[in-house]
Amino acid sequence: MTDTLTVDGLTVHYATREGALQALRDVALDVPAGQIVGIVGESGCGKSTLINALLQLMPENARIAAGSVRLEGEELVGAAQRRLRDMRGRDISVVFQDPMTSLNPVLTIGRQMRDIQYREPCDRAEKLRRAAAMLGRVGLPDPQARLDAYPHELSGGQRQRVAIAMAVLMRPKLLIADEPTTALDATLEVQIIELLKELQREIGCAILFISHHLGVIAELCDRVVVMYAGEAVEEGPVADVFLHPSHPYTAKLIECDPGRMKTRAKLLPAIPGDLPDLTAPPEGCIFRDRCDKATDLCRTKPNPVAVNGTHWARCHYAAEYGA
Amino acid sequence: MMRQFRHSLLGRLLADPMAVFALTIIIGLVVVAIFADAISPHDHTLMNLADRFAPPSTTYWLGTDNLGRDTFSRLAQGSRIALYVALVAVSISGMIGLILGMIAGFGPRWLDNLLLFIFDTLRAYPTIILALALAALLPRGLSTVIIVVVITSFSEYGRVVRTQTLSLKNAEFILAERAMGASPARMVFHHILPNVLGPFFILAAMNLPVVITIEAGMSFLGIGVPPGTPSWGATLKDGFDYIRNTPWIIIAGGLPLILVTLGFTFLGEALRDQLDPKLRKSR
Repeated sequence: MTDTLTVDGLTVHYATREGALQALRDVALDVPAGQIVGIVGESGCGKSTLINALLQLMPENARIAAGSVRLEGEELVGAAQRRLRDMRGRDISVVFQDPMTSLNPVLTIGRQMRDIQYREPCDRAEKLRRAAAMLGRVGLPDPQARLDAYPHELSGGQRQRVAIAMAVLMRPKLLIADEPTTALDATLEVQIIELLKELQREIGCAILFISHHLGVIAELCDRVVVMYAGEAVEEGPVADVFLHPSHPYTAKLIECDPGRMKTRAKLLPAIPGDLPDLTAPPEGCIFRDRCDKATDLCRTKPNPVAVNGTHWARCHYAAEYGA
Repeated sequence: MMRQFRHSLLGRLLADPMAVFALTIIIGLVVVAIFADAISPHDHTLMNLADRFAPPSTTYWLGTDNLGRDTFSRLAQGSRIALYVALVAVSISGMIGLILGMIAGFGPRWLDNLLLFIFDTLRAYPTIILALALAALLPRGLSTVIIVVVITSFSEYGRVVRTQTLSLKNAEFILAERAMGASPARMVFHHILPNVLGPFFILAAMNLPVVITIEAGMSFLGIGVPPGTPSWGATLKDGFDYIRNTPWIIIAGGLPLILVTLGFTFLGEALRDQLDPKLRKSR
C-alpha cells in the first residue's frame, strides 16, 4: 500500500533571541493511504509546528532546516507557492482545535463553504447544493437553513461539524485533525470521533489525528506516533504501542492517563521534571533527564529500535521494555 | 418577506429608537439640502438693510443678520455645503485610510512601520494649525477645506483598519482559510475586508459630524469658504460679532450643527450595535 504522507528527517528551527529553537528534530512518520494515524504528546512537543510544516504555512521566524514532506510522493518542502496553494484545501485540509475561532464570524456558513469551492467550475447554486449536502452528511439538522446562518448562531459542536464539513468538502487525500475534540465536551467528543470514522470510510482519505487524549487515539487510530520535545520517540500499531510501550516516555504517558486509573488518588500521577531547553537540546536521549531507567548508554543518541514488525522506539532498551 | 426585512440591517436599525431619532435628523438634513431652494422663504443672498438684525418672526423664521439676510434661508443653503464637504471628505479620506491600513496590516514589516510613521506624524498635527498653514498656501474655498480634512483624518481610518487587519491576520479562521488554499488576494478581499468594514463604517459615520465641524470651524476663522458663502460656520461667525445685542443669529447657526452631530453620532453607535455580529441579538 502506498503512503499518502511521508515525513522524513523533518527538522524545524525557530529563530529566537536565545538562538535557534529546535522545535522538531529528525521527525519521521508515514501515513498510509486510508489509515488513521494518531500523534500524541504533551504541550510543547512540536505537534503544532508539525502541522504548520506539513501545510508549509510556517510563522516568519520558522525555517525547515532539513528533511522532506511528501504527499503521495510529491515533495512539499520548497515547492512553488502556487502549487502549494493548489493542494491546500483540495488534497490536504485541516480541522482546527477551536471551532469558536476557526470560522469567519462575519460571513455566513454558505458563503464560506462556497468560497472553498472556488476552483470548481460549477455555478453558485451547485456549490451551495454541495455545501448543504455535506452539512447534512456531517449530521447538521436542516442544512439548507444553516447555509444562511452565521457561525455565532451555532453551538460549539455544530460549528465543529461545519468545520469538518468544510475540510472534507473537496474530498482531500489527507485530513489533518488538530485536536478537533479538545474544545468539546465528552458526549460530543464521541460523536465527532464516530463522524470522522464514517467520513474516512466514505471518502477513503488518510487522517492524521493529533490529540493528547490517549483514549481517543486508541479508539480511532490504526497507528500512533508518540512525540516528545520535538522528536518522534515511538511509533507503531495502536494496540501494540499501548499494550507494549517500548519507550519509557510512552509508558509514563500511559501511566499518567486519568482514564485508566482504577483507584482514587490524592494526586494525579505526573512525570517529574520539565521539558528540556530546545535551544540547546541535551546530547544523547532526549528523555534521559526525566527517565528513571537512564544509564550511561543513554548519553549517546539512540537510533530507532524495531520492536515488533512496524513498531519501533527511539530507546536503547526498547527491546526489553516492549517485551 | 416581512420577516426578512426585520432581520436586514435597516429593519434592525428601525427597531432601535436611538437609530430612528438619528435617521430622522439625517433624512431631514438630506431633504433640506436637496430642496433648499424650494423651502427657503427668501433669497439667501438678498440683503435687506431695512430689516437688519430682525428677531425671529413669521417673516424671518430665525431672524436676519447684520446685512438683513434671512438666517433660515442661509442655514438651509448651508446644509448643502455641510453635506457636500462631509461626504466628499469622508469618502476620500476613508478610501485612502482603508487601502493604506490594509496594506500596513497585511504587508511586510518595513512597510507597516513606514505607514505607521506617516499616520503618527499626520495625527500629531492639530487640525486647526494644519488648516491655518494650508490655508496660507492654498486658495480659499471648499476644496481647501476638503484637503485639510483628508490630510488630518485619513490616518485615523488607516490606524483602525491596520489594527483590525493585523489582529485578523493571525486569527485562526484566516489560518484556516490559508490551509484551505486561499490566495492572499482572496484572503484580503473575501475574509479580511468584510471583517474590517464594520468598524470602518462606524468610524466614518462618527467622523461625518467632525468634518462638518471642521468646515464650520475653518469658516468661522475666516479660512474656510469665501466670504458670502452661506456656510454654517460663516453664519456662526456673523452671529458671534453681534452676540451681545442679537444672540439669535449665533443660536440659530449653532442649532443645525448640534442636531447633525447628534444624529450622526447616534447613527454610528446604533450601527456599532448592529454591525458587530457578537453584539447582535440572535433570533
